[in-house]
Amino acid sequence: MVENQRVVITGVGLTAPNGDNLADFRKALLEGVSGIEIFKTRYMPPVPAGVCHFDPYKHQTKKQSRRGTRAGAISIYCANEAVNDSGFDFENSRRDRAGVFIGITEHGNVETENEVYNLGQYNNDVKFWTHHHNPRTVANNPAGEVTLNMGVTGPHVCLGAACAAGNIGLIYGVQMLRLGEVDFAIAGGVSESIHTFGIFASFKSQNALAVHEDPTKASRPFDMDRNGIVVSEGGCLYTLERLEDAKARGAKIYGEIAGYAYNSDATDFVLPNPARQAECMRLALDRAAMTPADIDIVNTHGTGTNQGDEQECVAIREVFGGSGAHINNTKSFIGHAMGAAGALELAGNLPSFEDGLIHPTINLDNIDPECRLDNFVIDKPVHIGSIKSIINNSFGMLGINSVVVIRRFEN
Amino acid sequence: MTGEGIRQAIIDIIREIVPDEDLSGIDAEKPLRDQIDLDSMDFLDIVMELRKRYSVEVPEQDYQELESMSSTVNYLLPKMESL
Repeated sequence: MVENQRVVITGVGLTAPNGDNLADFRKALLEGVSGIEIFKTRYMPPVPAGVCHFDPYKHQTKKQSRRGTRAGAISIYCANEAVNDSGFDFENSRRDRAGVFIGITEHGNVETENEVYNLGQYNNDVKFWTHHHNPRTVANNPAGEVTLNMGVTGPHVCLGAACAAGNIGLIYGVQMLRLGEVDFAIAGGVSESIHTFGIFASFKSQNALAVHEDPTKASRPFDMDRNGIVVSEGGCLYTLERLEDAKARGAKIYGEIAGYAYNSDATDFVLPNPARQAECMRLALDRAAMTPADIDIVNTHGTGTNQGDEQECVAIREVFGGSGAHINNTKSFIGHAMGAAGALELAGNLPSFEDGLIHPTINLDNIDPECRLDNFVIDKPVHIGSIKSIINNSFGMLGINSVVVIRRFEN
Repeated sequence: MTGEGIRQAIIDIIREIVPDEDLSGIDAEKPLRDQIDLDSMDFLDIVMELRKRYSVEVPEQDYQELESMSSTVNYLLPKMESL
C-alpha cells in the first residue's frame, strides 16, 4: 500500500476506571488491578460500575465544564492528552485540516434523564426546562465540544454504533485520512453511560446486569459464574496520521492500522451472530493481507453475558482455532465502557509491541467449557517476546460488529 | 430583600455560571458582559435562576434592564423587595 494510504497511531489519550493515561492503564492491566467500584445510581440499589477519576479541569475551565456534558469532558480530556502525547505542533498547524471522529454508544440520555428528574422538582412546569438541553444532547456534542475547546475547524462527527463504536470512530478517522479530507485525525470512542440509571435498569430487566458482593470481581467474562455486564464510563482518543506525514515529522508510531471491517448481523436486536462476527474478523484480516496465523493477540469483546461470550468464542474458534494466537479480555478489569470499549481495549494492548507482554484476563477462575479457547491468557501476563499484530473485536446491539487489526510499525 | 441583598443574590448566581472568574471588582455602572465572560446562554441562566430561586420572571423585552449590576438591582427591586 502506498504511504499516503497507510495510517498510523501517533498519540494516545485515555481515561479508564483504572488509569488516566496509557502508562498507568497498562500497569494496572499487567498487575491485575480492577477499576470497578460500587456506584450509586438513581432509583435502584448501588451497582458495580467503572468510574473514571481524571481531572476534568486539566484541559477545560469550570465554566466550559458546566456548560458541557460528561461525554464532552471525557472527550476534551482524551483529545488534549492524545495531542500532547503525539508531539504534534497542534497550535501552529492548519486546524481546518484536523478532524474529530468519536464513536458513541448513545448520547443525550444522561442529560435528558437528569433534566426530567429536575423538572419533577418543579411540578413538571416546562418553563424550568433548561435552554442547554439541545446543545447538550445533539448527537455531535462530544466531538463538537472538542472542536470548541481546541479550535479545530475541520470536520467533526460522532458515530453512533452501540458497543462497536470505539473501533468505528477509529475506522472513520482512517477513512477520512485516506480520502484526504483531513491531515490529522483525533479518533476513538467515549462513554458517559454510568450517569444514567436507565442503562443499569435496562440491563437488569434484561437479566444482563452483573452483581457481585466484591465489585472488583463482578466483571468476569467467560467465567462460569458470570452474570452480566458491568457498565463503565471511559474514553480513548488516538491521533492518527498518514504514515508519510508521521515519518516526515519523526513521530513516535504506536502501530499501524493494517486492516478493519464492520458489518451487520441482520438477525436480532440484542443477540449476537457468530457467523457475521467471524466474517467481520476475516474481512479485517483480508484487508490487512494477513492470515489468522499472523495474529499474536485476539482482544475479545466478551462482556460477561452468557450467550454473548459463548457466541464470540464460536466465532473466534472458527477463525483462529489452531492458529496459535493468544486470547485476552480487557473488560474483566474495566467493565464495559460502551462507546469507549473498543478504543480503550485496543490501547490496553498497544504497549505489547514494546514490552512483548500480553495482559491477562482476570476473574476467569473457572472457565465456562463453552468458552474454552487455546492460549487464553489468564491471571498473569504472558511474555511471548516479539508481538507484531493485534486484532481487536467490538460488537454491539442491533447486530453491529467492528474489528480492527493493528500491526507493529516496522520501517 | 434590600438592594444589597439583590446584588448579592445576582453575584451568587453569576458565580455559579462563571466559577473561574473573580467577581470582586465588578463596577456596578458598567455592562456586566464587558466585565465578565457571559454569553447569551449564560445570560439565560441568570434569568432561569431568578425564576427558580425567587419566582421572579424577567420577560424578554426587559432583558436590557439587566445590562449592569446597578440597572439589574433597580429593575429587580420592586419584584424582590417583598421577599
